[in-house]
Amino acid sequence: MNIAWFWLLSGMLTAYAILDGYDLGVGMLHLWVARSNPERRTCLAAIGPVWNGNEVWLIAAGGMLVVSFPRVYAAGFSGFYLALMLVLWLLIARGVAIEFRGQIVHPLWHTFWDVSFALASLLLAFLLGVALGNVLRGLPVAADGNFQGTFALLLNPYALLTGMLSVVVLAWHGANYLRAKTEGDVQGRARRTAARLGWAVLVLVALVTLVTALGGYADHFMQRPLAWLFPLATLLALGMGLRSGSGDITAFRASSLLILGLMGSAAATVFPALLRSTVDARFSLTVYNAASSPYALRTSFIANVVGMLGVALYSFYVHRTFRGKVRGGEGHY
Amino acid sequence: MTEAVFAHRVQFAFTVMFHYLFPILTMGLGSFLALLATLHLWTGQERYAVAARFWTRIFVVSFALGVVTGIPLEFEFGTNWSRFASFGGGIFGQMLPLEGVYAFFLESGFIGLFLFGAGRVHRVIHWLAGLGVAFGSLLSGYFIVAADAWMQHPVGFTQDASGAIQLQSFWKVLFNPYAGWQFAHTINGALLTAAFVLAAVGAFYSLMGWHRDFARLSLRMGVIAGLVLGLTQLFPTGDMDGRNVVHYQPIKLAAMEGLFENQKGAPLAIVGMPDTQRGILLDPIYVPHMLSFLAYGDFAATVDGLNSYPRDLWPPVELTYYAYHVMVGLGTIFIAIMLLGAGLLWRGRLYNARWFLWILMLAVPFPFIANEAGWMVTEIGRQPWLVYGLMRTEAGTSLNVAAGETVFTTLGFAGIYLMLGLLFLLLTGKVIAEGPATPDATAAEAS
Repeated sequence: MNIAWFWLLSGMLTAYAILDGYDLGVGMLHLWVARSNPERRTCLAAIGPVWNGNEVWLIAAGGMLVVSFPRVYAAGFSGFYLALMLVLWLLIARGVAIEFRGQIVHPLWHTFWDVSFALASLLLAFLLGVALGNVLRGLPVAADGNFQGTFALLLNPYALLTGMLSVVVLAWHGANYLRAKTEGDVQGRARRTAARLGWAVLVLVALVTLVTALGGYADHFMQRPLAWLFPLATLLALGMGLRSGSGDITAFRASSLLILGLMGSAAATVFPALLRSTVDARFSLTVYNAASSPYALRTSFIANVVGMLGVALYSFYVHRTFRGKVRGGEGHY
Repeated sequence: MTEAVFAHRVQFAFTVMFHYLFPILTMGLGSFLALLATLHLWTGQERYAVAARFWTRIFVVSFALGVVTGIPLEFEFGTNWSRFASFGGGIFGQMLPLEGVYAFFLESGFIGLFLFGAGRVHRVIHWLAGLGVAFGSLLSGYFIVAADAWMQHPVGFTQDASGAIQLQSFWKVLFNPYAGWQFAHTINGALLTAAFVLAAVGAFYSLMGWHRDFARLSLRMGVIAGLVLGLTQLFPTGDMDGRNVVHYQPIKLAAMEGLFENQKGAPLAIVGMPDTQRGILLDPIYVPHMLSFLAYGDFAATVDGLNSYPRDLWPPVELTYYAYHVMVGLGTIFIAIMLLGAGLLWRGRLYNARWFLWILMLAVPFPFIANEAGWMVTEIGRQPWLVYGLMRTEAGTSLNVAAGETVFTTLGFAGIYLMLGLLFLLLTGKVIAEGPATPDATAAEAS
């Protein structure tokens, strides 16, 4: 059950990264790929019906972490206090920017929210990547299970690198999403942007993989044959996405698969720990020593998996209802 | 209480109170939206669809702010209250992802369908989406109330010799006896607020002479619903929620009522100022024997006063007392206003009684204040406990977060929330100024 919970949480975060990832990507790119007000509105209409539901995967994952591994939630969230507050403020700024942009029709109002949306998306993608990098690298978790995450500690070179990877991957993903959802000039610019970003993704994925292996962060990983499926998925996704002339929808599937591969690799790298201690391996918070009681794990697992199946169905329905190309003038953006 | 504990409490209190302003409105309006959508489907009259579209636009602004200000709260259990999260996460935490998974998805998903789906989906599906929004917001509220009820009256767990607790029964936590009436009282408060908002907007339009049909519909719905909900706020929901306090938290009751000495046939203090130094209520106006009757259904029953309990178990008496009296006093005034409104409606004079329309319009902030005051009674009255009888508040904080950090981010939240509050007023003001005649937001923008 402890292991099942680990993979459920990893799955939730992966779903979040894929779904909200394209929202963040669209946010980072829309200033470039969409130049006029109707084009910007097209970009927003492409994510409008779904962004809120996408963000909830992160919120639900947070709630699930409380109930399944309370000590990890407690240590991680309090240790990252200031960084997480920054993430919260950015999430607020991003959500408000999307929802309130269309409420008043004025160029200055639009520009303000467009730039807010772009900056908040960029910083969120970066900070989430930094957080993941620190989880991979390990944190100075002490004997009492806590650590104090100063900015100097969190912004180490490895985490900065994973932060950059996150930005580039999600931007590529967002560009691919726009390729699939838009037409005309926006689609053309998204295609050109995606082509350039694809190569940046390749370089950064290679670099991060190399550093992770050389840094000794992936020692557990090497001993798990099944885990190699994830890097394999990553390679496949890169092949699919970078082949010139691949279709727009194929490209979006490729970047989704790439995120799945990267997130899965990350999960397989840290397992069975959730927070690795750099002080002493015995202090690491793992799926065994940081978990709730077996009964609590079991009930919440059933309740949440049933719920998530419903959510997945619903998410599928909404994506299907709003499938196809968006056109200007849709929605209230 | 150390500086850090105080800083954590202020941060949580501020962020949760600001956040709650928006769910009050969305939980309340959600049900009115469902009602209007149903009336439209049933009668086929366009005016219900027009009204539903108008209130959806207000709902969306409030909902967006409720979502963005709600996320910090879920984080704060870990960032500010990490020892509490470690201690009780496996139990009260059962409710948090359920809120995310079931209720939140229902709500945030269906609102998208309700907003964007008109014309793209079948009208029955569109109506169901409207119901889903209302149902989701209520369910969402229930999970949160159940989590809070566990902190008020912890159930469904076992404790070992080391003091650590484990979940014993999921269903006992979900159906905590404390939660039922607390939820009913909370939702009733949200619905009452929405009724006041409907009536206030209707009153504003009537005073301005705008949108006559819509104004009258809103006034009628607001006043009738407001009267019914005003009464149910007091009885049975308020009364039964109060019984929870009587049974499970007698010290909170004593603080709410400003009762220091044990008293047989205790009176109910309508006004008065508690003096905790001397242990008396200054300048009180009493209704004799009433408190004994309300608490136990018996005019002669004995009610325990604060002095029966050691001082270190007292909640902050003044805050609890004043918050409770503000809530009850406002609740009484609400009933009076709505009775008057219903009387005028009965005599056919409501739409032209300008003095009364002014009252309705200016009354709109007060239901929000009453809701917040009610939660202040619940949470401040719970002190000094974080989990009643199990964990004291100062034992639940994060030790690795300094007071200065919390103060700094609280100031950050204050600045951001000031901006969000202004935005909310600006945008709802704009929706109200544009009025219901605008078919929908899309058309407004196309211009």
